[in-house]
Amino acid sequence: MAETDRLRKAALSVPMINQVTLLRVAIILSLLAIWEFLSHSGWLYRDVVPSLLSIGHALLGLLSSPSYYFNLGVTAAEVATALAIGGASGIAFGVVLGANRFLARAYEPYLYYLGPTPKIIFFPILIMWFGVGPESKIALGTLSCFFPVALSVAAGMRAIDKVLIRVGISFRANPWQMAMKIYLPAMRHPIINGIRLGLGVALIGTLLAETKLSNKGIGFLIIQAYSIFDMPRTYAMLIVLFVLAIGANGLVGRLGGLHGIKQQ
Amino acid sequence: MTASARSQRSAARDYAPAVTGFGMLVAFLLLMELLVQTGLVNRFIVPPPSEIIASFGRVIVEEHVFSRFVLTLTECLTAGVMLTIFGVAGGVIMHRFQLLQQACETWVAAMASAPIVLMYPLFLVIFGRNSWTIIMMGFISALPPVILKTIEGISGTRRVLVNVGRSFNLTGQQQFWKILFPAALPNIFVGIRLGLIFALINIVGVEFLINYGGLGQLINDLAERYDLPGTYAAICFVILVSVLFFMTLEKIERWLRPID
Repeated sequence: MAETDRLRKAALSVPMINQVTLLRVAIILSLLAIWEFLSHSGWLYRDVVPSLLSIGHALLGLLSSPSYYFNLGVTAAEVATALAIGGASGIAFGVVLGANRFLARAYEPYLYYLGPTPKIIFFPILIMWFGVGPESKIALGTLSCFFPVALSVAAGMRAIDKVLIRVGISFRANPWQMAMKIYLPAMRHPIINGIRLGLGVALIGTLLAETKLSNKGIGFLIIQAYSIFDMPRTYAMLIVLFVLAIGANGLVGRLGGLHGIKQQ
Repeated sequence: MTASARSQRSAARDYAPAVTGFGMLVAFLLLMELLVQTGLVNRFIVPPPSEIIASFGRVIVEEHVFSRFVLTLTECLTAGVMLTIFGVAGGVIMHRFQLLQQACETWVAAMASAPIVLMYPLFLVIFGRNSWTIIMMGFISALPPVILKTIEGISGTRRVLVNVGRSFNLTGQQQFWKILFPAALPNIFVGIRLGLIFALINIVGVEFLINYGGLGQLINDLAERYDLPGTYAAICFVILVSVLFFMTLEKIERWLRPID
């Protein structure tokens, strides 16, 4: 019976996929058509909605310019450093809070309520502390990334099945073995999920800081294109940035097997 | 041991973590005060906490903090109303037309992970340097969680409730208003709360970045004037306001939420 159900579902799902794909293509095409129509209609200020052709040109120009890759490298390095520092300290804090109920009750409320506050407002202070160079952007990224990682790891640590811990104890595992064989494998998903969230906010923090005050990086390029009113270039840069951000997020999720959990 | 002594001891145990947390905060401030006063930390980078606390009153009175707060709150609530209308409607429509949901749900989820707030220069061009840029930025970047939570809520309606509706021969509209929508409300509230938090973060952030409007601009203004104690005080104030905002939202959500 289960087999026939599965077969029926498989048979049904083939035309369904096609319909979904068709609808997706139709939505994209109609959005592009509306866009092109608006850009030629003259209803909006010139260049607010540039023609697709000019955005395409800007995109090609962007992707073939070496200076874009240099700035992309600068931003990527800042985000990676922020993620490394913020992620490592977040995991360490999360583990301590997850392991100790008293400390969790003492400090977790602060993390919980400070987590969703706007971090960019710390930027003036961070400039004072770390200077106007990449360090202050890394610091803002680190600050943004720390909270979701710490909270996710602390919650993940508390959610570990007690049976697994008892198995470890009954095998007389030493603390190192407990950490490597029981805790870390059991917490893989919350850690990856925390890092995924952390990556998103670190990226936003770093880029926003770059738009505020910097002389290199993608945020700087975006604000520079805006200030000389080069709208096709601004759109092109945002498109590339969105594709990269969504791709990086998906990649971290896939590496951590997050899709696997959802399907179960 | 008497009962009262036992209850006193358990009360002490209940408060011990909170006292420890708060004590640590006070100890940290005292340590900073000491470090700054002894010159180990440069007072032109970190002003002494006592000066920061003293400048609270000055910042509140001279910088019109109350009107700024009202402006930011109004922007946030306007974005919140738009979020509720468009986000919930979007979720309902996507659930109603399954094909649309299958085609677009991943897109909405992807948008949730994209740095939408980076579009603020574009919004400046489209809406101009005014409150609408800020409101629209808050609205757009907070839209995905509201849509996703609405869909999650409606699709998570218990089968038995849907069947009850069917057995009463409810029409599609009745089925939606009497069964699906009430069942989805708890999730919708979660979505709206998340949306409002996202909106506040982005609204204060954009205010700071474009130097326009309420509380975010205050920080930028004070920092540009190099009024360090004022900047620190304003940051503390904004953090306090956002924490109170989240707490209030949580309370409202718990109050509105039917018993699970």
